[in-house]
Amino acid sequence: MNYLDFEKPIAELIEQKEKMANAAQKSGVDVTKTLEELDGKIADKRKEIFGKLTPWQRVQVSRHPDRPYTLAYIEALTAGSFIELHGDRTVKDDKAMVGGLGLIDGHTVMLIGQQKGNNTKMRQYRNFGMPNPEGYRKALRLMKMAEKFNKPIITFIDTPGAYPGLEAEERGQGEAIARNLLEMSKLRVPVICIVIGEGASGGALGIGIGDRVLMLENTWYSVISPESCSSILWRSWNEKERAAEALKLTPEDMKQHGLVDGIIPEPLGGAHTSPEEIFATVKAEILKHLGELSPVNADERITRRIDKFCKMGVVVEG
Amino acid sequence: MSWFKRIKEGITTSTKEKKETPEGLWYKCVKCKKICPTNEHVLNLYVCPHCNYHERIGSAEYFEVIFDNNEYVELDPNLSSGDPLEFTDTKNYKSRIVESQKKSGLKDALRSAHGVVDGRDLVVCCMDFGFIGGSMGSVVGEKIARAIDYCLQKKIPLMIISKSGGARMMEAAYSLMQMAKTSAKLALLSQAGIPYISLLTDPTTGGVTASYAMLGDLNIGEPGALIGFAGPRVVKETIGKDLPKGFQTSEFVLEHGFLDKIVSRKDLKPTLSRLLEMFQS
Ligand SMILES: [Zn+2]
Repeated sequence: MNYLDFEKPIAELIEQKEKMANAAQKSGVDVTKTLEELDGKIADKRKEIFGKLTPWQRVQVSRHPDRPYTLAYIEALTAGSFIELHGDRTVKDDKAMVGGLGLIDGHTVMLIGQQKGNNTKMRQYRNFGMPNPEGYRKALRLMKMAEKFNKPIITFIDTPGAYPGLEAEERGQGEAIARNLLEMSKLRVPVICIVIGEGASGGALGIGIGDRVLMLENTWYSVISPESCSSILWRSWNEKERAAEALKLTPEDMKQHGLVDGIIPEPLGGAHTSPEEIFATVKAEILKHLGELSPVNADERITRRIDKFCKMGVVVEG
Repeated sequence: MSWFKRIKEGITTSTKEKKETPEGLWYKCVKCKKICPTNEHVLNLYVCPHCNYHERIGSAEYFEVIFDNNEYVELDPNLSSGDPLEFTDTKNYKSRIVESQKKSGLKDALRSAHGVVDGRDLVVCCMDFGFIGGSMGSVVGEKIARAIDYCLQKKIPLMIISKSGGARMMEAAYSLMQMAKTSAKLALLSQAGIPYISLLTDPTTGGVTASYAMLGDLNIGEPGALIGFAGPRVVKETIGKDLPKGFQTSEFVLEHGFLDKIVSRKDLKPTLSRLLEMFQS
């Protein structure tokens, strides 16, 4: 397990508990009661720390190295039925964007999302979850296929941004994202988008136009990362905490402003402390929303989707 | 053109009068450093007669270049930005807006107008770089959305002139969602079979490139304009190398297949006019 700096007090209690359990095993002394007490302390500490996370701490949890990534959700939700599909049919297969068909409780769905790696080698292989244009075009190809066969679409958003590389520019990163925004807004099948980690800017929005846009509790969604915002507006990398607050990037802020539709609670201490629990919660949420969306006529669903995004914005007349 | 009669005095502005410059003043080109008389530069639509450098101009100048007799009705002229996030960095956003409004004489970074081009109706939404770097916030998104509604209702083609550094950070996720909003509206315009021409001018980057600027039935660039998603500085940092010559210019973007055409400012109106004629005949 990896621990963030503000999680240190929890890590210390866990270490203390492990030491005691080991010692007890050797000596044969019964420490059940003490261990139970320690469990209680750990839970209390978690509640104390996670009950009042600052926006910047929330950003840190969203990037926690032990956090489940897109394929982990997909594998769990589809119970081994997932068939990954590759390539944009034009340039190549982007490893930072994955997708394919799978069954959730007997329903065929198209599952798509940015994919991060969980070790140094895989992080590079996945380009740190930063898609190139062909990633967005692969996503769109799969979404159009889902539309053709009348299958709902689930997207998992987890990216520090679209890749700002030379070839990405040559191959039209801007056009690829723009095209997805336009095409997703008129897909004839239900679309559910879930921010499971980082929701950074156009790179996130490029698979984020849905009938439901949901955020896990410890995630963020904004136009820029707090670090970049700090460097541009404060001309220093040191104001990331202030930037995180100013950007109002937490799920609660986003929901309050009507920019997302719902928040999915995580296990205390974050999704990674109990992956099975978060997978079950996410599955239940998907089934609930599909149940609400599927009976709606496609034209009506599209109208509601477009109207929802068109209401976003605050202007003053005069 | 019955609606022309409804134009009140003062709604249309003649920038020609404002721009009348005394003889003897000179314009020095930022690119080739050569000089020409200012009035000649203005008559040449702010393009350097020596090297074809297209000086950045605002909505008033573009409207004058495009619309017959510089006559047009401005749509939704009184929209200003709210401050839903009460955003404060080194300054608060509210006072930033007020300052920018005073300095630029504009309400926000985009103006939309209905006029005619050689007798054919056109709605033009034009960004003003002079207002917080032409950044896209709620007002830009709302004005484009309303202009598209107007085009849908009256069946008039749309042109958007982009000139922007991208999203307006002080509106954070609201700014991001303007990408979704404008793209969704453009989907409706497209479904109605109404032409949309996107003109990308110097500079067009970030969230503007990744939404309406790249979604034209025709994407047209001005010569030499910077057009990209990531800014050149960011790309340079990413690859850790110097950028190739001409990277992210209109000419580069055309060669890679994302622009239909590069059109000099003096050819803009005749080109538009022919396109509108062909779409409508
Ligand atoms: Zn020159």
